[in-house]
Amino acid sequence: MTCEYDLYDPSWCPGCGNYMIIKALKQALEELEIPSHMAVIVTGIGQAAKMPHYIAANGFNGLHGRALPPAIGIKLSNKDLTVIAESGDGDTYGEGGNHFIHTIRRNINIAHFVHDNQIYGLTKGQGSPTTAMGQVTTLQYDGVKVEPVKPLALSLTMGAGFVARGFSGDIPQLVELMKEAILYSGYAHLDIFQPCVVWNKVNTFQWYKDRVYKLPEDYDYTDFNAAYKKAMEFGDKIPTGILFKVEKETYEDRFEFIKNGPPLVDAELNPMDAEKLLNDFY
Amino acid sequence: MDYTILIGGAAGQGIETVVLLLEKTIKRSGYNVFTYKNYMSMVRGGHNFMQVRFSDKAISTYSTKVDMIFAMTAETVAFHKNNLKDGGLIILDENFHNEENFMHYPFQKLAKEIGNEKVVPTIGFGVIGRYFGLDKDIAINTLKETFKDKILQLNLEALDKGFDLTETNKQLDKREDKNIIINGNQALAMGAIAAGVKYYCGYPMTPSTSVMSYISGKSKEMGIVVDQIEDEVGALNMALGASYAGTRAMTGSSGGGFALMVEALSLAGILEQPVVVVNAQRPGPATGLSTRTEQADLRFVIHAGHGEFPRMVITLRNPEDSFYQAARAFNIAEKYQIPVILMTEEYLTDYMTTTKPFDFSKITIERNIAEPEEGNTERYKRYKYTETGVSPRLLPGKTKDTVVLVDSHEHNEYGNIDESIETRNSMMRKRMKKLDGLKDELMEPDQLGVDNPEILLVGFGATHGALADAVQRLSSEGMSVGALVYGDIWPFPDKLINSLGKNADKIITVEQNMTGQLESLILEKTRLQIYDRILKYDGRAINGDEIIHRLNAILES
Repeated sequence: MTCEYDLYDPSWCPGCGNYMIIKALKQALEELEIPSHMAVIVTGIGQAAKMPHYIAANGFNGLHGRALPPAIGIKLSNKDLTVIAESGDGDTYGEGGNHFIHTIRRNINIAHFVHDNQIYGLTKGQGSPTTAMGQVTTLQYDGVKVEPVKPLALSLTMGAGFVARGFSGDIPQLVELMKEAILYSGYAHLDIFQPCVVWNKVNTFQWYKDRVYKLPEDYDYTDFNAAYKKAMEFGDKIPTGILFKVEKETYEDRFEFIKNGPPLVDAELNPMDAEKLLNDFY
Repeated sequence: MDYTILIGGAAGQGIETVVLLLEKTIKRSGYNVFTYKNYMSMVRGGHNFMQVRFSDKAISTYSTKVDMIFAMTAETVAFHKNNLKDGGLIILDENFHNEENFMHYPFQKLAKEIGNEKVVPTIGFGVIGRYFGLDKDIAINTLKETFKDKILQLNLEALDKGFDLTETNKQLDKREDKNIIINGNQALAMGAIAAGVKYYCGYPMTPSTSVMSYISGKSKEMGIVVDQIEDEVGALNMALGASYAGTRAMTGSSGGGFALMVEALSLAGILEQPVVVVNAQRPGPATGLSTRTEQADLRFVIHAGHGEFPRMVITLRNPEDSFYQAARAFNIAEKYQIPVILMTEEYLTDYMTTTKPFDFSKITIERNIAEPEEGNTERYKRYKYTETGVSPRLLPGKTKDTVVLVDSHEHNEYGNIDESIETRNSMMRKRMKKLDGLKDELMEPDQLGVDNPEILLVGFGATHGALADAVQRLSSEGMSVGALVYGDIWPFPDKLINSLGKNADKIITVEQNMTGQLESLILEKTRLQIYDRILKYDGRAINGDEIIHRLNAILES
C-alpha cells in the first residue's frame, strides 16, 4: 500500500517501537484525510525526534527539549495547520519539562505524542525521567536514585483536557488514540509506551505486553478523580486508552483576532496602518 | 535658554508623575525636552532621581549641572546639591530643612488640606510651572489626560495651590510644537509594529520589558500575538516556530535572558529562519546592576551561539534610530534568512526625548518569500544551493503537495540529516556566503563634526547623543574633532573608519564597558591604532560634559 506520507526508510534499530508508531501516525493522518502539506511534525532531538525525516509532512526538527515552543508559534501563526509535537521521554519530560508544564496551561490546539521507552536511546542507555527507581543503566551503575516522573498524572493536574496512553504493540488502538488526539480541540497529551530493544532490558516488549490493559467500555473519561487514579496506576497493571477528555477553550480562541480572523500569517502588512500609534506621543 | 530640573525622592513618591507632567507641558509649549531617568532596583524606598532638561535648541544628552532641584526627601538634597548651578534653587517641603537659599513650601500640609497626600507631586509641578512661566492651560490639559474623575479634581486643586505658592521667575513663551516625545523602547516597538511584527514572545526582564508591554498594549488593535512564555529558552524557539509558519516574529530580553536564548540563536543560524531579537543591555555580570546601563554585551552578542553562522547585529543610537532600525531589521532578517539582533541599552530604553515624528512612508516591507512553482512535482528543497546562499523560502501549508522541512542537524538541500563531507562543506559555504550580500547592506557609522578631524572619537549605540553634544561644543571652541558612532556593527562596517582614521592624529574610543570591546573590534578589523580610550562602567550613562572633561584630561596628559 502506498501512502501520501511515505518518504525514506527510517534508520532505527530493528525491533524499535518507533516503527510501529510511525506506521500508526501515517495511518491516522491518512484516515483523517489531512493533506500532507497541511500537517506539521515538530520535534526536538532523540530517536523519536527524527520522525520528520521519515514522513512526507512539513517538519520542524529543532533542539533537544524544545519541540513545544515552536509548535505553539506555528499553530498561532497558522491555525489551519494540523500541528503534532512528537518527541521522546527525555526530550519532553526532562530537558523540555518547563515547556511541557506551561504548554498544558495554554491549551493550544496541538497533539503531543511522547514516545516513552523509559530510557535514553540516542545517547546510549542513560536513565530518563521515566526510568524506574533502582534500574541499572549505562550511567547509573548502581541504579537510578530519583523517582520517575508520572507524566499522565502531571498533565492531568496541570489541567490538560485530553490525557491518554497508548502502546506501540497495539497499532489499531494507537491509530484511534492518535486520531482522537488530533481531532481534540486543545492540547492533547498521548504518552506512548515503546520498547527500546537495545538499551532498556527491563521495560521490554514483553514487559509492556504483560501489563497493559485497555480501559473498560464503561470507563467515564470525564471523571477527573477516576482519571487521576488511572494515571497513578503503574505496576503489575497499566491502563491504556483515553484517561481523561473534557472540552476546554483553546489558547488561540482567546485571541479574538485569531478566533474570528484569517490565519495570522495571511495578515496584510502595511506600515501606514501603524502611523496612528504616533498620536499617543504628541 | 537651557534649563534642567532634577526631581529626586524615594521610589513610590511620585517622581514619575512630576516628570510626566513636566515633559508633556514643556513639550507642548514648543520646547525640546530630554529626561534622564535614574532608578534603583526597588519598588519602594531607596533614592531615585530624574532630570528634565529643556531648551529652545536641540538637546541630545543630559546636563550634569541643574537649575532646580525638587527634593521629596532630605537625601535628595544631600546627593545633588553640589550639582546645582550658581543661582540655582532647591525646593522642598518645609518639614525637611531650614537653611538659606532653599525654598520651603508646605507641600504636605496643603496635600492634607486637599485631602490626599498623593497630590504632593502635582503641587510641586505647580510650583515649577509657575516659576518657569509655563502656560497654565497647557498644564491643566496635561492633568486632564493623566488623571480621571475625582482624582483629577484633587490634582487640579493641587495645581492651583502650587501655582499660588510662588512667583514667575523665567518666562517660557509658547512656541510651535510639532514633535513627539518618546523613549527608545517605545520607538523600537513602534518600528517593529510598522514592519508588521505579528508575533512577540518573551519573558519580562528589565530593561527590555517595555518593548513587550508596548506591543501588548497594541495587541488587539493591531492583531499581534504577545505571548509571555515560561522562559527565554522557549521564547526564541517559539519565535522561530512562528517565523517558520510565516509571521514576522520577534523576541527580546536583557543580557541574562539573552544568554538563555543563545542555544536557539544557533538554531536560527542552521534553520536559516529569519527572526529579530532585542538585547537591552544592562550591567552584568549576572544580575549586576539591573536598572542601570552598560555596553558590555557587544563581544558576547556578535559571537553568541555554538558553531559558525551568519547574523547581523545593530546597535541603536537614539529613539529615532530605534524606530527605523527595528523596521529595517525585519527586512534584512527575511532577505538573508538570518537572525538580526537589535542591541539597545538601559539608558536609551528609558530616557524620553522630543524628536520629529517618524515617517511611516519610509518603511518598506520586503518579505522575500518565494512564489511556489506551478506544476513542479519535484520535492521542495528548503536549502537549495544558490549563488547568494539564500534559498527560495516557501511557507508550510501554502502550496499543495509541497512540504517544508527545516532541521537543526547538518542537512542536505531537502532538509534531511546528512553527515557527508560534501554536504557539510557545501552547506557551511552556502550559509556563510550570505555574508557577502549582507556586507553590501551595511550602513557606515554616523559621522559627526568636521570632515577630516584631527581627533576622531569612536563609539556605538546610545552614546550617540553625548558624542554629538561633545563634538558640537568642542568644535565651537575651535577643536578639530569629529566622531563616528556605529549603528550597524556586525558584520563590521570598516570603510569610513579606515578613511577617516588614516588622516586623524588621534583616535579615541568612547565606550560604556571596562575592556574596550569596540576598540578590540577595530583592532581586529582594521590596521588603525587607538590613541586612548574613555571607558565608563559604573552603570551610569556618560553625557557630553563627561566626554569633554575626560577628553581634555587625555589631551593635556
